[in-house]
Amino acid sequence: MHIICNGKQRPINNTTTLDSLLRELHLAPDTVVAEVNKKIIDHDQYDTLSLADGDQVELIRFVGGG
Amino acid sequence: MLTVNERPHPFREGMRLGELAAELKPGADVLVLNGAPAPAGTLLQDGDICSLIKVGEIPSALDMERTLAARHNPEFQQRFKRATVAVMGLGGLGSAVAICLVKIGIGKLIISDYDVVVVSNIHRQHYFIDQIGLKKTTALKKTLIRVNPFVAIKTVDVKLTEQSIPQLFEGVDVLVECFDDPGMKAAGLRAALQHMPETGYVGASGMAGYGSGNTIVTRRIKPRVYIVGDNETDVQDAGSLFASRVGIAAHHQANQVVRLLLSIDEE
Repeated sequence: MHIICNGKQRPINNTTTLDSLLRELHLAPDTVVAEVNKKIIDHDQYDTLSLADGDQVELIRFVGGG
Repeated sequence: MLTVNERPHPFREGMRLGELAAELKPGADVLVLNGAPAPAGTLLQDGDICSLIKVGEIPSALDMERTLAARHNPEFQQRFKRATVAVMGLGGLGSAVAICLVKIGIGKLIISDYDVVVVSNIHRQHYFIDQIGLKKTTALKKTLIRVNPFVAIKTVDVKLTEQSIPQLFEGVDVLVECFDDPGMKAAGLRAALQHMPETGYVGASGMAGYGSGNTIVTRRIKPRVYIVGDNETDVQDAGSLFASRVGIAAHHQANQVVRLLLSIDEE
């Protein structure tokens, strides 16, 4: 199975959630805005949302400072 | 024809600057001719531009508006004047964005922070030494009124949350995210994308350290939604924020606000 993450194909398995994807990418889930198939995902759904083959995932990661 | 305090005034041969001042602004104590102070006895020429100033006098709202319209374009100024912009977070980014927008003559500005001014803010944020200990909203409002007293300024002195942002800032034209915490930066964007479809948004990510200023850019991520910064330099890694580089990001943000208010929606 594959997803398209920020325009690039990426393999996933059938237990990959949005949260586990972010951890694989070394991104702190709190600092990321995620869109799956054009829908913005609520922060409290990151660890329950299972990714499926062909999902289009867009991630915007924020770093600190202001 | 002369231009006197931003308005046309008929030229008369042989007229001196001091006579003009006596006629139009009795008591003026600084006379500026074509951009430089000049003595009262200076003979005027057709086409001269004069400013007649009483030191300490606050110009009228109309004078201020006329001056801004002459600089920015009258149609643009009407748009700025009708606009409401909210700034979330009043640190190195937010304090600079707010000052820009007030100088430009935005109609209404909402400034939001729950913090107080501490000595470690002064090196990059627009606060004064004598404001240490004041709420940031209170301190910045005082400064903004000194810059332009004709902007309506509302302060929101609470710790914002993803849930409260859409309620507190409902109906603003543009929301500017100037938080320092990356979790709140994400929360702000998510709140706007999910609940504020009519609102323009300008966030920021990556402006710490002293890397090249040229790496700070304005990215359009959705219609009327922008993120400013180098997208990677975390204050945790860079160690600190410099007024110089944070200022670049802040002014990118303010510039993008201006562009959104002028209905320009491209990078």
